[in-house]
Amino acid sequence: MSPSYPEAYFPILLQVGLAVLVAGGVLVTSHLLGRRVRNKTKDSPYECGITPVGDARGRFSVKFYLVAVLFILFDVEVVFLFPWAVVFRELGLFGFFSMLLYMALILAGFFFVWKKGVLDWAKRGR
Amino acid sequence: MTFALSFYTLAVVKALVLLGILLITLVYIQWVERKLIAHIQGRWGPNRVGPHGLLQPIADSLKLLTKEDLTPPHVHKLIFVMAPFLAVSLALISIAVIPFGGEVEVFGVRTTLQLTDLNIGLLFIFAVTSLGVYGIALGGWASNNKYSLFGALRSSAQMLSYELSLSLGVVGVLLLSGSLSLRRIVDSQAGYYFGFLPRWNVFHGPLPQLVGFLVYLTAAFAETNRVPFDLPEAETELVAGFHTEYSSMKFALFFMAEYANMITVACLATVLFFGGWHAPLPESWGIQYAPLVVGALVAGLLLYHSQGAFAGKQRRSMQVFGVVAALIGAAFLLQPVRVLFSPLFWFAAKSGFFLFLYIWVRGTLPRFRYDQLMGFGWKVLFPVGVANVLVTALMVALFG
Repeated sequence: MSPSYPEAYFPILLQVGLAVLVAGGVLVTSHLLGRRVRNKTKDSPYECGITPVGDARGRFSVKFYLVAVLFILFDVEVVFLFPWAVVFRELGLFGFFSMLLYMALILAGFFFVWKKGVLDWAKRGR
Repeated sequence: MTFALSFYTLAVVKALVLLGILLITLVYIQWVERKLIAHIQGRWGPNRVGPHGLLQPIADSLKLLTKEDLTPPHVHKLIFVMAPFLAVSLALISIAVIPFGGEVEVFGVRTTLQLTDLNIGLLFIFAVTSLGVYGIALGGWASNNKYSLFGALRSSAQMLSYELSLSLGVVGVLLLSGSLSLRRIVDSQAGYYFGFLPRWNVFHGPLPQLVGFLVYLTAAFAETNRVPFDLPEAETELVAGFHTEYSSMKFALFFMAEYANMITVACLATVLFFGGWHAPLPESWGIQYAPLVVGALVAGLLLYHSQGAFAGKQRRSMQVFGVVAALIGAAFLLQPVRVLFSPLFWFAAKSGFFLFLYIWVRGTLPRFRYDQLMGFGWKVLFPVGVANVLVTALMVALFG
């Protein structure tokens, strides 16, 4: 008993509409209800009462980029696991060993990254 | 009494009921959390607005709605407003595919207790929840505040890292169930081993998914930015993290999103690992009377403790709640009520337990350091998740 595509996805569309309505409604209501008094201090970025120096458009650690790149690599791997897992009973041991080979390639990369110290966020040795 | 409801009318009714329940839960889980944390720390918690502070969430909502809605001039206006909007609407969408119970008949209308059963339900949830990181990352960046930026960066890196483990944790379940449809995953967990051990995926042969569950649970705590993984809003070092510059309802929407995600993740844990709405024992053991016993116990406790309550108002409200609990329990004596609400009772009990676990952990554990957090996610959780997938696959191939 699998419903047709419009029947399966219409409720999703409905839920998206309702969620947008709730989020938007709340934002608009609070915008209309709250009174606004502005002054220079209130308009400056909050930095614990100290006068801000510069803005937040500076540079930050390259580690965050590395994590993002690694995530793309390994998440693609995990995404491949999903369909494989769903039909796994039909594939049997053949499917297992194919995936083992694939995982070995991915994991070799993972240990390379590990040994290169990409996953270490604190300096080694103390 | 039979209505000829069209499919679309039914979908609208179900969506509205679901949204109503979700919003009420969202509002009241914060009351539960404040009360529980207070009692863990030996305080009373909110107890001024209404009996036992039960009207406190409503007072809070009204206050937040009427507070000054400040958009500072140094922010990127469009993204600053879009971020909380995105976070909360995405968090509310993912609940649509969660199955809360089997097929039921209400007023002559047959329907499933689920908004829609997608054949890729699990994938849909992961797709929507992983988009949630945009709300936080964009909000922190658009704020143009150093603390917000650091909070957002940390949060993005953390959520990306733990999403891997979250997905790996459920692959074992997919191997056992062989479907991405959440309803079919629950159906595959029906029945009992040896006449008493439920065939939930945490006990399911050929390899119980206990490790997978622990990986999922840990990653889920990190995904929802909860203690001990609440680095993005580590108030001791980052003021309030990514929502430092937010005020009024925009600020509250981030919390709404966080709690909605918590609820989704708790429901998903119930569906994937703990058999959804299936009872923990077969009916021959009399488990269908459990709601009755729970109702009676709650009623007894409330009535007993009302004797020791320090104020007349507290005593009266505790007595009223006790009687209500007894009546709800007694309603389960009726056959139609039992058929309709028993699955919901078990689903709510299991998901409620996971929500309680969130709060319990928050009241117990300290926060990780950032290098520990990233190290744990990549060097422990990820390899354990991979190993679990491979071992489960081997077991399924050999004995499945």
